[in-house]
This record gives sequence, C-alpha cells and structure tokens, in this order.
Amino acid sequence: MDPEIAKTQEERKRMEQQIASLSTVTFDTEFYDSTGNRYEGYESSIAVTEEEETVDPSLSDVPRRLASYTAPQSLMKDIARSAEEHNSNNNNNNNNGSGLNETSRRIIDREDEYRRRRLNQVLSPDRVDAFALGDKTPDPSVRTYAEIMKEESLKREREETLREIAKKKKEEEEDKERGGGRKVEERERDEVPAPVPKRRNRWDQNQDVDAASKKAKTSSSDWDMPDSTPGIGRWDATPTPGRIGDATPSLSRRNRWDETPTPGRVADATPSAGVTPAATPSGMTWDSTPKLAGLATPTPKRQRSRWDETPLTIGSATPMLGATPAGPYTPGVTPLGGVELATPTPGAIRQAITPEQYNLMRWEKDIEERNRPLSDEELDSMFPQEGYKILDPPASYVPIRTPARKLLQTPTPLGTPLYHIPEENRGQQFDVPKEAAGGLPEMKPEDMQYFAPLLSEVDEETLSPDEQKERKIMKLLLKVKNGTPPQRKTALRQLTDKAREFGAGPLFNRILPLLMQPTLEDQERHLLVKVIDRVLYKLDELVRPFVHKILVVIEPLLIDEDYYARVEGREIISNLSKAAGLATMIAAMRPDIDNIDEYVRNTTARAFSVVASALGIPALLPFLKAVCQSKKSWQARHTGIKIVQQIAILIGCAVLPHLKSLVEIIEHGLVDENQKVRTITALSLAALAEASAPYGIESFDSVLKPLWKGIRSHRGKVLAAFLKAIGFIIPLMDAIYASYYTKEVMFILIREFQSPDEEMKKIVLKVVKQCVSTEGVEADYIRSDILPEFFKNFWVRRMALDRRNYRQLVETTVEIANKVGVADIVGRIVEDLKDESEPYRRMVMETIEKVVANLGASDIDARLEELLIDGILYAFQEQTSDDANVMLNGFGAVVNALGQRVKPYLPQICGTIKWRLNNKSAKVRQQAADLISRIAVVMKQCQEEQLMGHLGVVLYEYLGEEYPEVLGSILGALKAIVNVIGMTKMTPPIKDLLPRLTPILKNRHEKVQENCIDLVGRIADRGAEFVPAREWMRICFELLEMLKAHKKGIRRATVNTFGYIAKAIGPQDVLATLLNNLKVQERQNRVCTTVAIAIVAETCSPFTVLPALMNEYRVPELNVQNGVLKSLSFLFEYIGEMGKDYIYAVTPLLEDALMDRDLVHRQTAASAVKHMALGVAGLGCEDALVHLLNYVWPNIFETSPHVINAVMEAIEGMRVALGAAAILNYCLQGLFHPARKVREVYWKIYNSLYIGAQDALVAAYPVLEDEESNVFSRPELVMFV
Amino acid sequence: MQASDRFNINSQLEHLQAKYVGTGHADLNRFEWAVNIQRDSYASYVGHYPILSYFAIAENESIGRERYNFMQKMLLPCGLPPEREED
Repeated sequence: MDPEIAKTQEERKRMEQQIASLSTVTFDTEFYDSTGNRYEGYESSIAVTEEEETVDPSLSDVPRRLASYTAPQSLMKDIARSAEEHNSNNNNNNNNGSGLNETSRRIIDREDEYRRRRLNQVLSPDRVDAFALGDKTPDPSVRTYAEIMKEESLKREREETLREIAKKKKEEEEDKERGGGRKVEERERDEVPAPVPKRRNRWDQNQDVDAASKKAKTSSSDWDMPDSTPGIGRWDATPTPGRIGDATPSLSRRNRWDETPTPGRVADATPSAGVTPAATPSGMTWDSTPKLAGLATPTPKRQRSRWDETPLTIGSATPMLGATPAGPYTPGVTPLGGVELATPTPGAIRQAITPEQYNLMRWEKDIEERNRPLSDEELDSMFPQEGYKILDPPASYVPIRTPARKLLQTPTPLGTPLYHIPEENRGQQFDVPKEAAGGLPEMKPEDMQYFAPLLSEVDEETLSPDEQKERKIMKLLLKVKNGTPPQRKTALRQLTDKAREFGAGPLFNRILPLLMQPTLEDQERHLLVKVIDRVLYKLDELVRPFVHKILVVIEPLLIDEDYYARVEGREIISNLSKAAGLATMIAAMRPDIDNIDEYVRNTTARAFSVVASALGIPALLPFLKAVCQSKKSWQARHTGIKIVQQIAILIGCAVLPHLKSLVEIIEHGLVDENQKVRTITALSLAALAEASAPYGIESFDSVLKPLWKGIRSHRGKVLAAFLKAIGFIIPLMDAIYASYYTKEVMFILIREFQSPDEEMKKIVLKVVKQCVSTEGVEADYIRSDILPEFFKNFWVRRMALDRRNYRQLVETTVEIANKVGVADIVGRIVEDLKDESEPYRRMVMETIEKVVANLGASDIDARLEELLIDGILYAFQEQTSDDANVMLNGFGAVVNALGQRVKPYLPQICGTIKWRLNNKSAKVRQQAADLISRIAVVMKQCQEEQLMGHLGVVLYEYLGEEYPEVLGSILGALKAIVNVIGMTKMTPPIKDLLPRLTPILKNRHEKVQENCIDLVGRIADRGAEFVPAREWMRICFELLEMLKAHKKGIRRATVNTFGYIAKAIGPQDVLATLLNNLKVQERQNRVCTTVAIAIVAETCSPFTVLPALMNEYRVPELNVQNGVLKSLSFLFEYIGEMGKDYIYAVTPLLEDALMDRDLVHRQTAASAVKHMALGVAGLGCEDALVHLLNYVWPNIFETSPHVINAVMEAIEGMRVALGAAAILNYCLQGLFHPARKVREVYWKIYNSLYIGAQDALVAAYPVLEDEESNVFSRPELVMFV
Repeated sequence: MQASDRFNINSQLEHLQAKYVGTGHADLNRFEWAVNIQRDSYASYVGHYPILSYFAIAENESIGRERYNFMQKMLLPCGLPPEREED
C-alpha cells in the first residue's frame, strides 16, 4: 500500500511541477535567490562579424523561414489555424529558440531571443514639436527633450544603483563564504554581471525614482503607491486599445502603474504584510507561499514587483469572472474582462494576449470542465439504479481547502481558486467569435483587444466627431490588416487620402500598438508598415511628436532576418527623417544612444545610419563627433562609433568623400578605456575600409599606429576586431607597404591560427585571405612562412563540420592557391582525399575543384597526377551522400583540366562508371551518367572512341530506366557521346537508337523531356538520313504534344526539331501536320505551332511553305486565320531581308487582315507588317510598304492595349523603312486637330517619331510663317552657294 | 487615362516620352512647337560639321562664329512668347 501511495504522490508532485512550469513561475530575483542574470549565458553584444548585413539572404546558413508574402492568414485560417493550435497546445512552451515552427507566418516564431527583445520596448508618449511651438514655452503637460534626457539619466543611475546593490550582495555572500571579515577587492564594474533582470522601461521612472531605488533596500513599501506619482495624467497620452476608459495604459506593459495593487489585492496582501519582501531579503518565509505568478503572467522575466509575489486571490475574493465559464475570453466582451474588473490585474492587462495563452486558457478551461466534480444527478444517470449503495463520507473526511494547492493543480487563469460549480449553459457557443458588423473582415482573437469596439453595434450618429474618427480609423485598419485585397486597397487609399483629416495622433495611436502586437504576421506587418509609409508622405511635419514612437516599432525591422523587411524598415526611416527633419530625428533618438539596453542602442545605431544616408553624412557629422567623444558614458561612445560602422555598411563606397572625417571621429576609440568601445572602433574601421576599397588609404594613416599597437597588446575578442580592421586596411595599401604590413601582422595571425575561438578562426581566415590576395605579398613568402602553419592548423577534419568555417577555409585556400600555384596546394591536400571523414573529403574536393578550375593542371607533375586521380576515384566511390554534387563537379573539373593526360586512367574511370551505372541506388546511377556527360569531351581528346562506343551501348541498354531523374541523366550522357563522336561512328547505330527514343518522348518528366528532345533534335540535325521518313513523321506527332511543356527550353528545342525534320524529309508532310494543329483549342499549342511553321519556312525556304500557308487563310475559322497571320509574323521576323521577295505575294492577304472586323486579325497583321518593314528596310520595297501603311494607319485610334501596341510598332517599323519624313507627313494632319482625342494620339505618334529620329525630322518640318513679333521660319535651310 | 492602361507598356512609353525635351502633347500651341523645331534645327546644324561649314561658306563667316551664332539663337529662337489669351 505505502509504496503505491508514495508513487502516486510522486507522480502528482511531478505533475504539479509540470503544470507549474507550463505557466512558468516568477521570482523576484532581486530579493530571492539572485543566482544570476537571465542573460548570463548570452552574448551581451552582437557578434563581431556583421554577417547578416552583408550576406546575401539567399546564401544565409539558416534556410529562410519566411517564404513569401501571401494572402492574410485569416483567409486560410480554417486549415492552418486548427493545425497550429494543435501544435501550440502540445508545445506551447517550446516555441522559443529551437521549437521554431517552420510553417508559421508569425514573425515572433522565427525570431531569436535577441530580436524578441523588441517587445520590451514601449511606445513612449508623444513629444513636443519644438518647431511648431516657435518661441513659446512648452506646455508643462507635454514632454520635452530635457525631460526625456533627465528620465534617461535617472534610469541609468537607477540601473547603476541596482548593479551596485547586486555587487555588494555578491561580495557579502563571498565574504560569508570565506568566513567573512576579509575585504573583497573592488572589481571592475563592467565585469560584474548584473544579476537583476534589467528593467528597461523608461516610463516607470518617476522623479523620485532615485530615492526610491535606494529605499528599495529599506523596508519602505509605499513608494510605488499610485498616490505618490507626480503627473500621472501624462500617461494618458498612450492609447489603450480595446480598453477605453481605463486610466492606465495597457501597452506599456512593464509600466509600474499597471502594477498598482487592486484594492482587493492590497487587502489580501495585508495578512502577510508583516513579511514584506523587502524586510526579508533572504525570502525564506516567502518560499512557502505558492508561486502563482504563472497565472499572473507567463512572461516572468520582467516582473519584479513585489505584488506579484502575493498569491493571486482576486478570484477568491471576487469571483466575478468565474461567473462566466468562458473564462477570460468571452466573445462579445472585451478580452480579459478588463472592463468588468474595475482595476486591472497585473497578469491580465500587462500582457497582450497571445494565441498561445489563449489556447492554454481554453485548454485548461476545457480540462476543468471535464474534470469538474460530478453532480448527484449525473452520477444517478450514469450508474444502474440497483446494486449500488450510496455511502456517507467518513466522519474524518475533510475536503481539501487549501486554495493554493488547488490552484497549482489547475492553473485556471483568472478562474476561481476555490472551485464553485459553474452554471450550466448548454446553449453557449464557446470560441465562436462574434461577427463584426458592416462587412468588416474577420477578427482574430488577438485582434479583439484593438478592435473590440467595432464589435458592438453603435449608432454612429450619437458619437462625438472624435469618436467617429477613431471608429473610422479602426475600421480602415482592420480592413487593411485582415481584409481581402480589394478591401485592403480601398482602405489603404482612404487612409492615405484622409491622413491629414484624421490627424497624426489618432492615426499613430491606432497603428503603432498594432505593430507591437506580439502575434503579428509578416504579411500584416508589411501592410501596416505600408500604411505608415503612405501616411508619412501626407502628414509630413505633423509626424514630429510621434517620431520616437514610430522608431520604436520600425527599428526592429532593421535587424530582421528577412531582407525585404530590412529594406522596408530603411525606407520608412528614411522617409521619416525627410518628413521630420534632422533636428527632430536627433532629438528623438539622442536619449536612446546611451540607453542601458544594448538592443535599443544597436537598433538606434542602425536607424541613425539610415538617417545619415537619407539626409547626407555631412549633416550628421557634428553630432556624431560629439557623441563619439562623449565623456559621460561609454555606451554613448560605443553607439556613436557603431553608427559610423553602420553607415559604412549601408552606403558602401559612398563613404569615400567623408572617409577622412569619419575615421577622425572614431579613431580615439581605439585607445578607449572600455574594451567594448575599442572592439567596435576596430570593427567600424574594418567596415569603412571594406566599403572604400580599393581607395582611401590616406584616411587610415592616423589609425595604423594604434591598430598596430593594439594587435600586440590585446587578446581575445578585441584582438579579433583589430585584426579584422588591419585585414581590411592592408588591401588598400601600395604594394610595398602591403607586403611590409602583411609580414608584420603575420606573426600574430600565425599565433592565432591555434585559437580555439570560432569567431577568431573566421576572422583570421578572412584576414589571411585579404593579405594574401594583396599585390606585393610574394609567393615565396607565403610558401615558406604561412603555408606550413596554415595547413597544420586549419586543414583538419573539424573545420569541415561547420558550414561557415568550411566556406571560409575553401575561399582562403583558393586565394592562396592563386598566389602560390596549384601544385603547392593540391600537393598538400591530395592525400586527404582518402581521409576517412567524408565531410572533410568533400571540403578537399571542393578546394581542388576550384583551384584546378581557376589555374589549370599544367603545374601538376606525373606523381601528383597519379595521386590526384587515385584520390578522386577513391573519394568518388566512397561518397555516401552528395547533394551538392561536389564530388561530381570536382571529378569533372580535374579530368577536364588534365585533358589528354587522363588517357592512362580512362579505362579505370570507365570501369568505375560502368559499375556504378549498375548500382542499386538511383542517385549513384544518375551521378555516373552525369559524369559521362562531363568527361565525354576529354575522352574524345584521348582518342578513346572505342571506349565511348562501348559506353554508348551500355547507356542504350539502360534506357529502360524507371527513375525519371536517372533516365534524364542517361539521355544527357548519350547526347554528350553522340555530340562528340558523331552520327556515323555512334554505337548503337542511330537507326536503332532513335526508335528507342520515340516512346520516351511521351514521358512527361521535365528533365527527361529536355534531354530527349535535345538528343532527338541533334540526330534530326546531323543524322536524319539514318532514320526512315516514317519514323520522323511519328516523331513529329509526338513533338506536337511537347509543345505543351512548361519549360521554355523544351518548347524551343521542339520547334527547332520541327525545322530539322522538315529539312530532312521535306516540308510538305510536316507542314500538313502543323497546319492541322492550328485548329486546336489550346493557345500555347497554337502559338508554338505557328513558331514551328515559321521555322520550317525558314529552314526550307519560304516559297515551299507560303502557298500552303496562304491557302490555309481561306479556312473561315478565327483561330486558323490568326495562326496563319502569326506564322507570317514570325516568318518575316526570321527571314529578315529575304522577305523582299515575298512581300508582294502576301500584301493582299495582309490588306484583307488589316481590314478585318476582328481586332486580333488587325493586331497580328500589324505585327507582321512591322517585321516585314524592318526586314526590307532599304531594299526598295517602299511602294508596298506605303500601301500597307495606308491600311495600318486607320487603326491608330484603337484602345485595346495589345492592338494599339502592335499598331504603334508597325508605324515605328515603317519609320525605319520609309524614313521619318514620310511618317511626319502622316502625322501633321492631326497634331492640331480640333478634337483633343485625336490630337493626343497624333502627338503620341509624333513623340515616338521624334525620339526615334529627331535629327532626321529637321529637314522635314513644315514651313511655318513668321508672325508679327515671332520668327518661325528657318532661313538657313534655303541657303544656297 | 483609362484604368486599364495605367499599368501597361503604353503608360511607360508616355512617361519615357515626357522625359525628352522637345516632345509634345495635345495642349502644345503653335509657338511652343515652333520653338522646339527651331532649337532642334540649330542643334542639328551645330551637330553636323559639313552643314556648319556649308553655312559658313554661304554666309562668309568662320565656322566657329557660325556655331556661336546658332547657339546664341537657341536662347530665344522665336522671340518672346505671345501673350496668352486667358481662357
């Protein structure tokens, strides 16, 4: 019995823990168990290399998680959502980091921890527009620059104080550990990890925050009571979407005002008031109170309020919510019941509800619903009436009354800790959101809080104008966000058009919170950003008070992993800076420059670089200079220098004019006291040098010395940065200096070859690559000094495992090979082709391939050649997976480079190929066939025709291959062999081969089709006589089907093949087939047929085709006639000046077509006329052309775009053939026609005439007579000698 | 312009045309067109050396002088624009 109980208990405990972890627990880490910073394991600054900016998005290591923008998800919701919900139920805590949901479109799902910090930002209240004020003193209620700066400094001070506290505590602890008494050395402040989760909210700083933070150590607890807040009214400026009438802004999630205790909670807290957290820093008593913060908020990291530590007892005290069993989210009511609760509960309001939370709640609710105690009636209905007896509960039974335990078991958010039986309401429909009225698009649950007012039917007449405006904006935004494309379009246009009428405030107060929504999808963000962009144009200087708010939401776009998001972000910021002006931008961003949060500083630096590129670097230089020299904080210097770096990355070689000043601004950073500043300075110099390469070495003169000293005195990350800077500066130098500096820096580089640090490795490789490729660095030096160490340290198996290392190493080695030659490099690594690690072999192979492809194989001596072939054969045979075709490419490259020298090895190679062609694995067979097509040319060079013939027979036997990929490769290999050895020598003979190919033409696989049609076309071209005409006709019919292919290459090869076949067996039969095909319905098929007819005409001379073709025009069927006309058009395009012999023959037909009622007739005939005119220009056919022009001209008033295009082009063609003057004469009649419609068309023709032949018109302009004061005549033209 | 041809090639074509000085439009008046013609003519004279030398012989001026004259004339080739009658 006992062990069973123990087991059950244990199980329960485990479950409790699970549930507790499900909704994560918050500690007040300041007071309890401050073991470490949350971010302790993370880099607190970004990586040394700025890969994400410079790397092409398509090459990025991580496969792009965002495929494309598509329709809003709500349209596909039915399918996608249910699946997603399923997922998130199962692993809703799993979503960060590794649990990336591949299919999810939400931005947050593909963001890493760092990028997610954007959600910590807060939309600040509006700021004053200093320009709008003029000389007036700003209203005390608005925030001025000075106030913001003051707040910032207070916040910084507070941060430092907290850090001090933490430090002291740690020291005390350490003292205690050592038995106390001993003095602990002062440490450098930078190295002390702040154990306190950072509090980044600037808005929770009030004037006496400084005092408050000090008081936090003392036992005073009233400092954050709402009464003591000065100017609370100012927070009203921030909007609270969905919760109008709520005094506290909900968006500033970490705002202290949200944490104001509710009266109920204060009351609840009193029993434990004796043990306020501050009073018991060790927190022992508090450990006994259940941690219910999970209920309060699932994002624990920002919670530090002691109020979170009290058990959440609202439910028990006031079970208002419990009354509605739907829990916190009842359709129809605003989510979270924020309105019903007079005062917000911390967990509910602080966090915008995410679908995960929503699902979690729903799920829990569901579980609770099912697990509720069964009522007597239910039990009665379940059990048989007889055979059971209802027992009385034992006297000793006491129901469990500890609410906390109950809570832990079923963490129903905002539910009742003390269970009470919910009212049955069978009629209630759960989870069916209420429809929005008035044709608005559907809302997602997370949209409710922003758009909830739209759900209630309100008579708009009764609202005040402002409210009406709000509602209108909300409607439009909802349409933009969730609507169908047409809805979106009109809504966007309305927003744009009425932007000034709506006003900046109401607009941004609605848009920006939406952008801060944690569940935003890419598409939605894209649309909202677009709204901002459009609105910006309209609002212009009115945006000034909102600049910072906009930046808060747009800046994260600058570090988004999606390239287009970054571009979008840049565009907005650049437009914003143009609208608001430099002064406003600086005023808005200046406080963020030395923000305590690295994330804010990083994004601000990037934003500043965009401002610089938008408004010009010179405008920003004085400010940058001041920032970089800031004495007050290293953060400011760091950010300032980072701005320079970002500018260099952003605008590239355009930094050159300002290079000197930019370098001067940051150079002192190299000797800064702070290590981070030194690092970023070196990185910025590297970026500047990279951007300005190969110019501008003069500007870097001043930094060479400190860099030089730096690489000798620094270690680790700083050294890496310094090396990078030098690596990018050396290529700018003259040859002598470059050689000197390379030699100097090489000592250190070689020392760092051994560094275990990955980042350092990459930088060292990069620097070596830079140095080696520089002119002036001698091959001998590289050979003797660099190579031994380089190969010893880098050419190891481990390097092949990381993709970035791999790539970098291959690049660097190829660069070295370019200097020292093939033999040195290949000689060193050739042995490794037989290494036992496959990734390593692959890396070796790729390097050899690149080196040999670049430099050829003439350096390779006999011995090395032997080793190389041996190694390659080994590596090729031993490969298990080769998706990137590295081995294949390497093999092909080496064989082609060696040329005739491969002859001795060919039997062996062919043996391998033959063996592998017979392999079980399709991949291997395919690769073997591919290899044949790569080396066919070399085999011919080696006069191994017999061997090739043999391979041909082998391949022929494999034509029954069932895998289309492999079959395609086999056909490709056959084609390669046929190409090389010719039709006559081919084995199997063509007459056997071709009939075998005819059925394969039916295959619908693209690769098979392409290779097959190529091969057939080749045979038709070169060896048609080997095959009977009947077989060719059969192939013709198959080819018609091929015209349907999607790939253009296939269709083109097909029509060409028609030409070859027609040439071989005469055009009559082929033509008959093709003309019949004009009757088919499919347009693409007809188009291709017309092309084929034209090609047949071209290859067999037009006179063989034209009679039949023109005869076909008599068929009274639109498609056929148009097909004939189109054929004529292509025909005249292809035959060019040969057309002069046929133009008189087809003119009557074209006359007829140009007078036809059908538009398409005229259009196609016009394009035929164009090609004809262009072909016969200058060949004396003007009479026919003028005649045709008279038929074309009346069509100039057509409005259908295709027709008018064709007509205009025909006229252009005529201009070329007849001369500009002739067309001008046609034009003159309408240029000043009384009807505007006519004039417009004629001027359009005149304009294209003018652009085409301006000079030629001079002689043809009409003679204008002088008027009283104006001279219009051109007397020069009548001069005569 | 119709909605349909707002995005087709024709609109681009017109945009392209509008970039060239010297192209016209439906509201061009006689004077403006004449100015364009004159300027084009002068530009053509200056641009073709044989024509320039021909004019130089005919007028018994140096070629440089001719070229200078033509360029000067391009300033106001037809004199001052006529008073626009207000419509």
